[in-house]
Amino acid sequence: MPRYLAGRVAQALLVLWAAYTVTFIILNVLPSDPITLQLSAGGADVSQLTPAQLHDLKAHYGLDDPIVVQYFHHLWRALHFDFGMSLTQNVSVGSLITDKLPSTIALTAVAIGVVLVLGLGIAFLATYVQWRPARVLLARLPAVGVSLPQFFVGLLLIQVFSFSLTWLPATGTHGWRSLVLPAITLGLPPSAMLAQLLTRSLNDTWREPYITTARAKGLSRWTIQVRHALRNASLPALTLLGVLVGYTVVNAVVVETVFSRNGIGQLAQQAVLGQDVPVVQAIVLIAAALFVVVNLLVDLLYSLLDPRVARAGRAA
Amino acid sequence: MPDKILSPKSDRGPDLVAAPEQRAAEARAAAPAAGAPPITPVAVATDLAAAGGAAASTVTAAPAPEPAPAPAVGDAGVDGENRRRRDDLFAAAGPLLRRPGFVLAALFVAFVIVSGLLPSLFTSYKPSATSPTDKLKGPSLDHLFGTDELGRDLFSRVLHGSTLTIKATGGAVLIAIVAGLAIGVVAGFFGGWVDSVLMRIIDILLAIPMLLMALVIVTALGFGLLPIAIAVGVTITPTFARTTRAEVLRVKEQPYVEAARTGGASWGRVLARHILPNSWGPVSVLAVLDFGTAVLTISSLSFLGFGTPPPAAEWGTLISNGRNFLITSPWLSLLPGLFVGLVVFSLNHIARTLEEMQR
Repeated sequence: MPRYLAGRVAQALLVLWAAYTVTFIILNVLPSDPITLQLSAGGADVSQLTPAQLHDLKAHYGLDDPIVVQYFHHLWRALHFDFGMSLTQNVSVGSLITDKLPSTIALTAVAIGVVLVLGLGIAFLATYVQWRPARVLLARLPAVGVSLPQFFVGLLLIQVFSFSLTWLPATGTHGWRSLVLPAITLGLPPSAMLAQLLTRSLNDTWREPYITTARAKGLSRWTIQVRHALRNASLPALTLLGVLVGYTVVNAVVVETVFSRNGIGQLAQQAVLGQDVPVVQAIVLIAAALFVVVNLLVDLLYSLLDPRVARAGRAA
Repeated sequence: MPDKILSPKSDRGPDLVAAPEQRAAEARAAAPAAGAPPITPVAVATDLAAAGGAAASTVTAAPAPEPAPAPAVGDAGVDGENRRRRDDLFAAAGPLLRRPGFVLAALFVAFVIVSGLLPSLFTSYKPSATSPTDKLKGPSLDHLFGTDELGRDLFSRVLHGSTLTIKATGGAVLIAIVAGLAIGVVAGFFGGWVDSVLMRIIDILLAIPMLLMALVIVTALGFGLLPIAIAVGVTITPTFARTTRAEVLRVKEQPYVEAARTGGASWGRVLARHILPNSWGPVSVLAVLDFGTAVLTISSLSFLGFGTPPPAAEWGTLISNGRNFLITSPWLSLLPGLFVGLVVFSLNHIARTLEEMQR
């Protein structure tokens, strides 16, 4: 187990480093003129500058070093949680992010709750209910959820629950009431994905021999579903849940824009719009870190629930 | 003789144990020499090369409830080949046409594509023609989707938005297919360290969530149709590469590949005529599925404001503009939103049906 743990942690760190490097290459090497891009994002009109001013500006932003030196410089600073200054707002990227991170974390946490309740609930009912029309309807429902664009769902919820029924606020970041609609919007597509997977694996589990044994012992459908089927079917769903958490964090970009919530997602949208490279780079690193940490936890949980995984890892 | 017949619900079960000669007789027209079987995207034909690669015969994968009518034997030649292709296509289309959901979805997608390429056939309004007296009118027979704040017909604007979205989606999927096939074939075919390096890169790209990756690329390339298409294309490439690699690995071990090699065909020829055509099935289903994902991501990106500059407007831009009038004129954002949802749902439904048929 400790060796498995060490291996997984090392792998997670490697992925994190690779994600940072890939985004650094895309942002700093891919543009035909990355220096002009970053300087004009900072509000400087490059064509109006004298060569001497240009040189000073480049030196100010650290853009005059060779790209490899810049890379190691940025990587070293990122390791110390220093992401430099934002090009469009005159504050450090770190303070921008620590300002906005709590509201996004709260939003995604509630959204994951929605995913668990909806995803589990639909899959549970779709395989438990015996009335055929309801079964078919519940099995088909997720396909709709996966296809609906989040901005459409968000606007529809605002129209119905904020403007027509006036139950909940349409926008804003204050209080739990402003969290309800965005969390549902954010959680809907992932919960549909979870429901799809879990329905399939529950259906498969119901065909296993140990279910036949349980039925032969005279256990009720409910007991079998809760104590036997769900436990075994939830293992693959756990892996998917790790992936879904990462996507939920990223889709906050769209949802926070729809609901005008002051969070990391909205910051990302503004940073891309202003081509604020340091902010984009930092947000990618944070999202990747969340993604990696959650998946690491899922993997460890998985190996606790199913010890064969860690043993197979050692044998390989 | 080991082989794999992709034939769900087939009543050809006994074929698997029948003698090769018998099977060859039952198989449809016998192609001369070791020609590659005809492949249609819907009906994946797997060829059963007789030992030594003397004659390759085909069994269609059409999941027809009854065996397809046996075609005339002995018309091997260009004419017979063409007729057989046509028969394959009909045999595959039959069960599909019997699914009303599939037909509806396919018709809707066809409508969106045709109306996107030729919007003037379906609407007499110009997307940029303003009419101050008609502003913010609700949906009616005159204006199917109502009018916007400048009195422009929203239905016409949605159809003209389709043109842009179709271009971007087509471009993105094309990038993904070309790059994904290339990476997947190289990795699967050469194996060894080439495979390891390419797959580790793919793993890293998969570890970065799709929308995030697209945002990074858009930041680097700027805004507009082409950057969005490239961004989405790059983000869906890894799944293509993975699927292609898995298929190439599977097909590479098939007996007919070995047979063709023994028969003296070069690796290049085997790759082009046997491995690629037989790997194409699952990859093409993924392509349809990724059309849906691409449409969704492209409209998300244009909703966020990274699309073509006004007055041209993609679906996402229209929805984002309509947001400002959500209280008074909800149709301005909700109808285009519903339209996008229907397109994605139809594409996903088509992909899922095709996937079921292939199993």
